[in-house]
Amino acid sequence: MAETHSLQDMRQQVAVAAKVFIQRDYTNGTMCQFQTKFPSDLETKIDKQQFEETIRTLNNLYAEAEKLSSQSFIEGCLACLTAYTVFLCMETHYEKVLKKIAKYIQEQNEKVYAPRGLLLTDPIERGLRVIEITIYEDRSFSR
Amino acid sequence: PPPGKSMRECEYSQISTRSSTPMETPHKKRSPKRKKWEAFPGRNKFYCDGRIMMAKQTGVFYLTLVLILVTCGLFFTFDCQYLAKELTPIIPVIGGALFLFVLGTLLRTSFSDPGVLPRATPDEAADLERQIDVANGSTGYRPPPRTKEVVINGQTVKLKYCFTCKIFRPPRASHCSLCDNCVERFDHHCPWVGNCVGRRNYRFFYMFILSLSFLTIFIFAFVVVCFFSVWSIVGLSGFHTYLISSNQTTNEDIKGSWSSKRGKDNYNPYSYGNIFTNCCAALCGPLPPSLIDRRGYVEADAPQLAAPTNGITMYGATQSQQSHMCDQDQCIQSTKFVLQAAATPLLQQQTSEPVIITSSTENGTSLPARASLTLGGPCSTFPLGQPTPPTSTPSLSCQEAADVLPIHGHTLNHTYPLQEQAPHHHYLTPEEVPSPPGMLHCGSPLGHSHTVQAGFYNPASQDSLHEDSVRGLVKLSSV
Repeated sequence: MAETHSLQDMRQQVAVAAKVFIQRDYTNGTMCQFQTKFPSDLETKIDKQQFEETIRTLNNLYAEAEKLSSQSFIEGCLACLTAYTVFLCMETHYEKVLKKIAKYIQEQNEKVYAPRGLLLTDPIERGLRVIEITIYEDRSFSR
Repeated sequence: PPPGKSMRECEYSQISTRSSTPMETPHKKRSPKRKKWEAFPGRNKFYCDGRIMMAKQTGVFYLTLVLILVTCGLFFTFDCQYLAKELTPIIPVIGGALFLFVLGTLLRTSFSDPGVLPRATPDEAADLERQIDVANGSTGYRPPPRTKEVVINGQTVKLKYCFTCKIFRPPRASHCSLCDNCVERFDHHCPWVGNCVGRRNYRFFYMFILSLSFLTIFIFAFVVVCFFSVWSIVGLSGFHTYLISSNQTTNEDIKGSWSSKRGKDNYNPYSYGNIFTNCCAALCGPLPPSLIDRRGYVEADAPQLAAPTNGITMYGATQSQQSHMCDQDQCIQSTKFVLQAAATPLLQQQTSEPVIITSSTENGTSLPARASLTLGGPCSTFPLGQPTPPTSTPSLSCQEAADVLPIHGHTLNHTYPLQEQAPHHHYLTPEEVPSPPGMLHCGSPLGHSHTVQAGFYNPASQDSLHEDSVRGLVKLSSV
């Protein structure tokens, strides 16, 4: 919670300088994957390795959400047999993984991105189209 | 708010740039907070505070409900007593179970979000336009974003830009003209269920038609009522069983996107290779969540980009450009370009009758070619050696497998949505036309219902257009 406040405080002190959008990577089909290409706007802000690791972890998490595993198969069959009413009480596998992703993004923001004046927006808030990275312009220091 | 909901808000809002958090909400100023479904840009109807989502026209859905309820009601009231006594009491039990399953799946199909893709935020749209500019090398006159090619499992697929939603559509997504939304893995818009059928509700739709087939066969095994409707429903179920086992959408099947007739190297890159896996994926795969947060609150203040400093890209300027590039402006621009194009001696002919693009029968590749010439702006005549005849079956305008022979029931009823579109156009092509609404209105005064621009006259692409339209005609005649 304290971290959330600091992000909000930061937002009030600094202004948004630019936004970078990481687009989806469709080379493996319609699965949710994001491009790992390092955008030029972030060159001065963060290492390439760090960035790629974040994106790769996110990609792995999304792949896990959409995987055709035996667990999802059982869940699907059970749902069908109960005429899909089971989802009124149970969370789907996908939703569980989305929570994991939200937690991971929050953690990355706190540890890696906020100290560098960046903020990752959870792609679910952008309809899983893009990962929006906001670059904050820090007015407290002179450039 | 229910605990589940506030939990979810908590998860997302900790990271988001929204200024409201659950903690802050009590202290917010008293401006009325709207829920996102109230501000939803598509043509959908919402009920139960955003929990239920349907298309705008729901008349046929109520008809479906009434038909099912009345038929089953009559069966249970009049026939079941006799059948239970004479044969076995299991009959009404099975009938009852089937009936409940049919109703459940119908409601689930009709009420859920089919997989609508939310429209791009202004920042995203501006960023995309900027990237396209960079790719094209702006010459002062800015061509709009066109298509992106991507190789999926060895097949080249073209991603089209949606002018309405301002995004590059993911593969297999399509824009529904009736609901004015881009839908993931778009199958078709079904008036019977009053909703689009897409990624999130395809399995419910399939279960609905399958169980309905069993129900009608069950009932009509005992009571001969309407043979025709039994066969049309059974036929539809059979068709969708085929689609599921080959992992295709109705849209792709109609267009013949992955048919081997198109080229010997053409194959479906999304198929898992065997029928069993394809079926599992479609019916028992993980159910993705809704991407349009219907019951969330509209952000009171979106984070604004700072005034440009030290040479960073002028986002502010792009944003204001964005707001000016509304459909009205595009229409004015397009009118200008039509006049220019009309004066160009390079164009072959001017067709005086409305040119109808049989895009529902065109192959997938022709659409991007057309889209690549399509502008939010310029319209021009469709230069063909032979004019494209209007589509003979109005049902082709609907995004459905209506013209496939077994599906008689659907064909008859697909004239219904068509009549609504009459004020705008007599024939609407499934995809491209609705995306730039500005274009539609500017097209009509000039006597062209849908036109392709040759803002940059490109003989090669026009030949391919011609070829594709001929191919489309051949396919149409073979149906």
